[in-house]
Amino acid sequence: MARGTGKVAKSDIVTFNKKKFRFSDWFAEKVIKSVAFLSIAIVILIFVFVFREAFPIFRMDKKVAASSELMVQESYGGSDSGSTEKVADNQVGNSNKTQTPGDSPSSTLLSKTWMPVSDNPRYGMLPLFLGTLKVTLIALLFAAPLSILAAIYTSMFAKPRIREVIKPVIELLAGFPSVVIGFFALMVLASVFQNIFGYASRLNSFVGGIAMGLAAIPIIYTLTEDALTAVPKTFTEASLGLGASRRQTAFYVVLPAAVPGIFAAVVLGLGRIFGETMIALMATGNAAMISMNPFDSVRTLSATIGAEMAEVVFGDTHYNVLFLIGSLLFIFTFALNALAEFYFKNMVIRKYQSKK
Amino acid sequence: MNEIKVKVKDLSLWYGTNHALKSISMDIPEKMVTAFIGPSGCGKSTFLRTLNRMNDLIDNVTIDGEVCIDNINIYDKDIDVVNLRKKVGMIFQKSNPFAKSVYDNIAFGPRINGISQKSILDEIVERSLKQAAIWDEVKDRLFNSALSLSGGQQQRICIARSLAVNPEIILMDEPASALDPISTAKIEELIHELKKEYTIIIVTHNMQQAARTSDLTALFYMGDLIEMNRTEVIFSNPAKKQTEDYISGRFG
Amino acid sequence: MNRNLKDTIVEGITGVSVLLIIFIIVSILAITIVGGWPKLNWTFLSEFPKDGMTKGGIFPAIIGTAVMTIIMAVAAVPFGVITAVYLAEYASEKSVVAKTIRFAVKTLAVVPSIIFGLFGLGFFIGFIGKNMDGLLNGGVLKWGQPNILWASFTMALLTLPVVIVSVEEAIRTIPREMREASLALGATKWQTIKSVVLPGSISGILTGTILAVSRGAGEVAPILFTGAAYFLSTLPHSLNDQFMSLGYHIYIMSTQSSDVDATLPIQFATTLVLLLLTFSLNAVAVVLRYRIRKRAK
Repeated sequence: MARGTGKVAKSDIVTFNKKKFRFSDWFAEKVIKSVAFLSIAIVILIFVFVFREAFPIFRMDKKVAASSELMVQESYGGSDSGSTEKVADNQVGNSNKTQTPGDSPSSTLLSKTWMPVSDNPRYGMLPLFLGTLKVTLIALLFAAPLSILAAIYTSMFAKPRIREVIKPVIELLAGFPSVVIGFFALMVLASVFQNIFGYASRLNSFVGGIAMGLAAIPIIYTLTEDALTAVPKTFTEASLGLGASRRQTAFYVVLPAAVPGIFAAVVLGLGRIFGETMIALMATGNAAMISMNPFDSVRTLSATIGAEMAEVVFGDTHYNVLFLIGSLLFIFTFALNALAEFYFKNMVIRKYQSKK
Repeated sequence: MNEIKVKVKDLSLWYGTNHALKSISMDIPEKMVTAFIGPSGCGKSTFLRTLNRMNDLIDNVTIDGEVCIDNINIYDKDIDVVNLRKKVGMIFQKSNPFAKSVYDNIAFGPRINGISQKSILDEIVERSLKQAAIWDEVKDRLFNSALSLSGGQQQRICIARSLAVNPEIILMDEPASALDPISTAKIEELIHELKKEYTIIIVTHNMQQAARTSDLTALFYMGDLIEMNRTEVIFSNPAKKQTEDYISGRFG
Repeated sequence: MNRNLKDTIVEGITGVSVLLIIFIIVSILAITIVGGWPKLNWTFLSEFPKDGMTKGGIFPAIIGTAVMTIIMAVAAVPFGVITAVYLAEYASEKSVVAKTIRFAVKTLAVVPSIIFGLFGLGFFIGFIGKNMDGLLNGGVLKWGQPNILWASFTMALLTLPVVIVSVEEAIRTIPREMREASLALGATKWQTIKSVVLPGSISGILTGTILAVSRGAGEVAPILFTGAAYFLSTLPHSLNDQFMSLGYHIYIMSTQSSDVDATLPIQFATTLVLLLLTFSLNAVAVVLRYRIRKRAK
């Protein structure tokens, strides 16, 4: 209140013909609006700072460009020609700078070897990429069908009272810290699976994948259940009214209507698996090798950051490369989130509108 | 007839593209009860809410025209809506006491106006509750939750709460529609008392209530003001066929 | 195939999926309890680790986790509540600003936790901390290294969306009539928020705080290189000390301990403590949230 702190006697007539400036309101609004921007600022800062620490890798590249001429050919699958040209452009200006012996770090980025700690460090991210892909695929193949089927049961078949129990119990899984799931995978799952499948390395992409799938189950389950419940009741009632069974209604009416929502659920689950660090660290074996065998060890992108960041020298090439991996992870999950948010949501909206 | 308190000129209101009020003009006299009647969806509540700019809270509303209170157009750019609402109180259809004690409910208005002295607050609370004819019923449980009272009592608490900020006009949006006949009678009695000091505008779809409580009655239909006149004229000798049809129950 | 048979099979398969998930949840719980219960006693909770962490308790890890989550909550809750108030009370649904903020909040909710760790390292330690040292300590390393403050702040960013979502949900259950009642009495918007909206959202704020604490207590990736320590012989006594945490303790004990098998009971018991902690916090939050949702109906 600007001046309203006095007594309001009956004679003190309140006038409204002029806008009053109320400091506390003005101030509160300014504070609230600025703080709300903080979320945007944090996202931008994450972008900036994670990239900033990754960036020197490309600068270093220029420094050693001269010495890396030969090595470029060695890089795997041809690093994109644009950057190679840039390197060439900068050679003249930079050729007199200090030259580091060995390969230029960026030229090894796409190679098949991840050997950051050696005399001739190699930062080939390919095995990490493929490893992440393999684990993610296993996790998704395990978690997505299981969660979607469970969600279908919960929303279509379960009696209301049973649903009231199932939902919170499955959502409890979301409250398990990933280090606990990782520990369970490391101590229990690994041994159980080894007994069943008889593979050699106890910790491998299969164990890791299943464990990471566990972390994704509550996300996919909850969002799928939401998507199924969001299908207008009139659809279901119309179908049941025509004499279709619950199963037929579920599969021919509700499920098709909820497809975009389920996709969004799977995409967000994928994001969770992709970025999961602790479970990967504890259950995948952490060997950076390229293999198609699900029972071989892998090293995922996020686990690499988790395992190596504590040991690197601040500002070192290895440090920069780990931040580069972080940048890639960030871009990827950001894109997945944007996809789920804008693309699938619009699909849902369009779907219901066209059926109105 | 008393002096004009509220003067409405060519007021139109749109919800998006829906023309909900069509060029309404009327004069509302001071210290009398004016009732708005009409079938649901006719615009009477919407119109009531334009009188203290409650519609500002709803997105997508466009308003054109003038509402002058004491000769000041409340839709002028420079109007202080907060102070306007102190002058124009409102009672809602569903009683809406805060989840606080009876005392804190009544003291809410004075407190936001910066009154914190206990003795003054006590005095305002007692005076308002007495004015709203509920003091005797709640004086022993001022510090119990207002939500523990009956519906009729809650509504009178809301009236007392609004009186505590010294309004000049009280808008009532179907204040008794959710209440039993006895509580309704009490509210109507209260309205009768309050009009000695306050200008009261009441929306109701209960025609008997309008006939019993109001001095003037206005009939709304589909966003138009059909007819407005002294209540006894509206109910005995309306000028328009539509009014006659409505009060005799032929539509709405 | 007979329609009824098909119905039964489908219902069966979907039902089995539910049972399988519940079975896994129960297994994790049961195995942790069976493995950890014998070791779980007062000595374990109140002692420091001993003999190269092969014996003793987890006292410093409990305290470290508690202190870290408290600092985290102090940092995250006010910002989360204010952002929720903005989204629910000030922003119009269609405004670009509100949509952008919402998208940013969702992004924060899905960014991998290890990225927060990287950010904490790059921003809090490498940028803020280093510059603080440069300005305040003449370049002597004090803030430019991992500590409990930076770890807590990093965790606060991660849990910010949790707070925002819970509080906004609670604010939205407050009936419009309550706001209208307040505004009709001549209260300003801020007075209405302060004396009607926020008091009505207390349980939502509490839920958000509890969920954030529960999440923060369990996360390890963000603190891997922003402040968590392998072993400390003393409790942290200033904000620039490192700290031990339950989750990190589980991780190092199970992967880097000198004798993993011998310390198995310690690992299980630590896991049980962490699980009990996050579990009971979540249970409280679930009950609170259930009550809020009931009010909304």
